[in-house]
This record gives sequence, C-alpha cells and structure tokens, in this order.
Amino acid sequence: MAQRRGMEVSIAVSEAVKLANVDVISAYPITPQTHIVEHLSELVADGELKAAFIPVESEHSALSAAVGAAAVGARAYTATSSQGLALMHEIMFIASGLRLPMVMTVVNRALSTPINIWNDLSDIMAERDTGWVQLFAINGQEAVDLTLQAFKIAEDSRVLLPVVVNLDGFILSHVIEPVEMPDQEQVDRFLPVFNPALRLDPDHPVSLGAFGSPDVYMEVKKQLEEALIGSQKVITEVWKDFGILFGRSYKPVESYRTKGAETLLLTMGSITETAMMAVDALREKGQKVGLIHLRLWRPFPFKEFFQAIREAKVLAVVDRALTPGGMGGPVGLEIKSALFEKTDRPYVAAFIAGLGGRDLTQEIFTEMVEKANRYARKKKEMRYEMIGVREK
Amino acid sequence: MAKVDALHPWKEVPLGCAILEPGNARTFKTGDWRSKIRPVIDREKCIKCGMCWIFCPDMAYGHREDGYFDWNPDYCKGCGICARECPKDAISMIAEEE
Repeated sequence: MAQRRGMEVSIAVSEAVKLANVDVISAYPITPQTHIVEHLSELVADGELKAAFIPVESEHSALSAAVGAAAVGARAYTATSSQGLALMHEIMFIASGLRLPMVMTVVNRALSTPINIWNDLSDIMAERDTGWVQLFAINGQEAVDLTLQAFKIAEDSRVLLPVVVNLDGFILSHVIEPVEMPDQEQVDRFLPVFNPALRLDPDHPVSLGAFGSPDVYMEVKKQLEEALIGSQKVITEVWKDFGILFGRSYKPVESYRTKGAETLLLTMGSITETAMMAVDALREKGQKVGLIHLRLWRPFPFKEFFQAIREAKVLAVVDRALTPGGMGGPVGLEIKSALFEKTDRPYVAAFIAGLGGRDLTQEIFTEMVEKANRYARKKKEMRYEMIGVREK
Repeated sequence: MAKVDALHPWKEVPLGCAILEPGNARTFKTGDWRSKIRPVIDREKCIKCGMCWIFCPDMAYGHREDGYFDWNPDYCKGCGICARECPKDAISMIAEEE
C-alpha cells in the first residue's frame, strides 16, 4: 500500500492529474485554483508529464481549448474558480452537448460583487444545469481519488460527459493534508487509455457542433438527460472498482452516525468534517443526531437519498449558495422538491450559511440542529434562514 | 446541419448531434429563403476571375468547365455580394417574380 504523506491538496490534485496521464491541459490562473495549474505547468516544463500545456488568455478559451482537444480525442483537463467558471458558462453547455469527456477541477469560491476570494458554492451552483456530472470532495484524499475516478466516469462509453470535481477554496485547496498517492502502475490498471467514441479525424470526417433545427433539438437534449441520469450506474461501478483496487470506497450519499438518528444534517464539501464533530458532540450528550453528505450532486442520487433519510424526522439542510428571490438555496430546493412526492417525509429546515468564506464552526452546526428541532416541534413554516447575518 | 429529413427517435440521434455524413448540408436546400432578387450574369463582361465564387457566403457559385461561374438557385439567398464584388459589373441583381 502506498504511503500517506502530508501534501498541499492543490499539489496532490495536480499529481493525480499527472497520474491520469492527460494529453492537454488548458488553463488560466485564478485564486484559489492557481496552485493546481501552476504545479501542472511545472510538471510539463520539467518533462515529468508529457502533455500540451496551453496557457490561454481567459477561462472562456481554457474550456474552449479543452473542448477542441477532447474533440480530436485527447484526454483534456482544466481547472478554475468563481468568476473563471462563470466565464466558462456558455462553453460548459457545449462540452456536455457535444458529449465530450473531460475533467475540470472547480476550486469553489464566492462570486463577486463584492469581490471575494473565499469559499462558498455559488460558483458551481450557478452551473447546475449545464449537463456535467458534478462531484464534491470533503477532504484532500477524496479530491485526489475523485479526480482519478472522474476521467474513468467521463470516458465510459455509456457516459461520455464532462465531469466537475469540486473542492472548497483554501479550506481544502491550500491546506496540507495526509494523502495517499496511488502509484502509476495502479492508476494505469484502473484507468485505461482514452478511446474516444467520436473524434475529428480527416480520414473519417464528421462534423461536431453543427446546427440542430427544432426537429432534432429536443431529441438531442433528451439523449443528454438520459446519459446524465444513466451515468449514476457507471459512477457506482467505478467507485466499486476503485474500492477493490485502492481500498477506499465511495457512495453517492454518505451517512455518518445515522443509526437511530432523528435529526440529520445534510452537507456537501469540506464543511462535512466540521459538521461530523458537531454530531459527535451532540451524540455524546445523548441527542439522536446524524449526518448525510452528498458526494454526487449531478445526477442527483434520489434513491440513495431516500434510503439515507428513511428514519429521519428532521432534516437540517446546509446550503452555501443563495438563489436570490426563490426558495433560498439550491440544495434545500432540490431536497424539498425530491421529498414532495413522499407522504411520510421529514421536516426540512433549510439554512444558508458560510457565504463568501464566513467561518462555519462546530457551534454553528449545533445551532442549526437545535433550530431545526425547535422549528420542527412548532411545525414552523419556513422557506429558509440565513445563519449568522448581523441584524444590527 | 443535422439532417432535417431524418426524424430520429432520441435513442438514434447521433452522439452529441454529430454529423456523420460529410457535406450533407448540400441536401438541405435553402434557396427558398432567398430575398426576392437574384443575380444575372452578363457573360460578355465576365473575365472568369472567380470573385463571385470566392465571395459568395453560401457557396452558391460553381465553377464550370469552360471557366465561367454559375449560381445555384438551391442555395442563393439573393444577398447581392457577388454583384457588388464583381470587378467588371457583369452581375446585376434583378427582382424575382412571386
């Protein structure tokens, strides 16, 4: 077994990209993604990774170049954050619409204004409907593992979709964590050489990205939707294979101390481990509290979600993005919509917290659990509540 | 352009709406979109320079064996760029009847 060693998570992710033996990296630096692509450019410059590193002039070009690379059959990678991801927005639809496998790390950061380089999920949540598979890492090891898995998921002939691996800006990206890096031989066994289903090749000409009239557009969108839904089966298989080879298992929805729990926290990303500490402390006091976290956000794992919350009476959903003027946050909205079809459903208390890097401590999770329980007892009608906003 | 005459069920649409048959835009005749004007070529003035063929944005001009160029009503939109670019004023745009 490989050794665990302390590594900055950004560096570990770029080493994972190297292990995936990518052909093309096109990237534009933006805080807090910078260390990932900086290290990759060093690896390419030093000859350690035989890939083309394209230092493009914007994120729009970064993703466009990745689309072009994937279209000729290259294994393509890019990474970005916040405003950079927003600039990629229109190309995100093109990557998924063309059914081009590629992997992007999104180092999650708040969107302007005000300019804020710190962490929340407003960047990726604005890209929810772009047709990409979207995964969330809770720690450095997961960031490495999900990166390797992402290539295998994206390139599977039953999927053929781009994949985003999300990791929290600074809280994960700039932190040194113990990481077990797989060796090249193991990765090569896990991740076969990319064999594109369709590519631009002068000897076998095809056209990608042409016009689709009203007669064909809906069928194309239906095909994309079915591919994204169907990708969950492949994702589960990839996680099973990964577990056998590397000894670390992954599930779409993970449960923590949910046995006998009446109140569950629902989290995504790095806040999960802090929330687990709150659960531990509350359990010690005899409270029936547990946690679930979503590793897979798109496609949404409905079945596993219903299974994970089947015994819960109260659900405290923590969103780190706002959908202004709506139901509050994208995750709360999704959960409430999913539960609408169930007659026997838990009370859902939706919270928005930790925007723009506002610290999310163990005490805040405890506060959310207490509030959720109190609101549930009173059957309080609530859309959402923002936590920690000063009123005066 | 994805073929409009091929109304595939969604499972049979080529992956990502790719066009697997090169040059099939030829089968999609767009000439009926034309403004109600069309080019007329005066062969007496034409010097076979091919500017009409180069500038036509819809590739409606074809090269003939005798060196002249013909426009194809299946694709011409009546934009008049050929008439404007012709160095010998050999092309004029005339109104088409309804």
